[in-house]
Amino acid sequence: MASIKIRAKSKDGVTTVKTLMNHPMETGTRKDKKTGEKIPAHHITEVTAEHNGNNVLTANWGGAISKNPYLSFKFKGGASGDKIKISWLDNKGESDSGEAAIK
Amino acid sequence: MNHIRRKLLKSATFIGATATALSTGLLIPQRVLGAYASEGFAAKDVSGALNGSLGSDQHSESDQIKLKAPDIAENGAVVPITVSSTLGNVEAISIVIPGNPSPLTSTYMLPAGTEAFVSTRVKMGKTSNVIAVVKADGKLYSATKEVKVTIGGCGG
Repeated sequence: MASIKIRAKSKDGVTTVKTLMNHPMETGTRKDKKTGEKIPAHHITEVTAEHNGNNVLTANWGGAISKNPYLSFKFKGGASGDKIKISWLDNKGESDSGEAAIK
Repeated sequence: MNHIRRKLLKSATFIGATATALSTGLLIPQRVLGAYASEGFAAKDVSGALNGSLGSDQHSESDQIKLKAPDIAENGAVVPITVSSTLGNVEAISIVIPGNPSPLTSTYMLPAGTEAFVSTRVKMGKTSNVIAVVKADGKLYSATKEVKVTIGGCGG
């Protein structure tokens, strides 16, 4: 589905991960201009990041995170070639995940 | 074979219907995994946001937290925020925007070995403070910065 782009670089013992996810991130308070109806909330609620199978970050998100969300974080360790996996779950129960190797 | 297929298709539409029903703005019930801070996100004030996400609303200003945010956000829909801290034993970080209808934007749980650093982009409804709250050694520390939001076209 490729809704997740990941860039991971390791330098001086610290790996920096940058990720961009495709998601409407609707807050649930916006109104459809044509019908005047509220557009239902549809946003990522949880993001988990793993390095070689170990959890390195769990994020809880609300609708206030921007559309097509960007996230960057860092962790100690990680070597070139190691696997980074990012997964997200949204309030509708949809989910996706992506993997990339550390450069 | 047809019998099983029919059942599968039937349950698929049922799940579809349920998903649609759930998505009509109703709060999704608590999930087991990661214990989503629903109460924190539902809170209309900073205190509720912090209690619901970090377990307390008592925090003290700390100069060991660096909160990077623009002075003026041209587009309130995409405001870049970066939080970093030199505090030790950071377990979690929450980004709270009092001026938003639901102040809690996000909470990050950091296991040992993960740096106290997060960068993301948030929505801001209007000019407001942005508060970065860091939970270290069980205590809450914070840094605040006002971000002006210009709404309506080309920054004017």
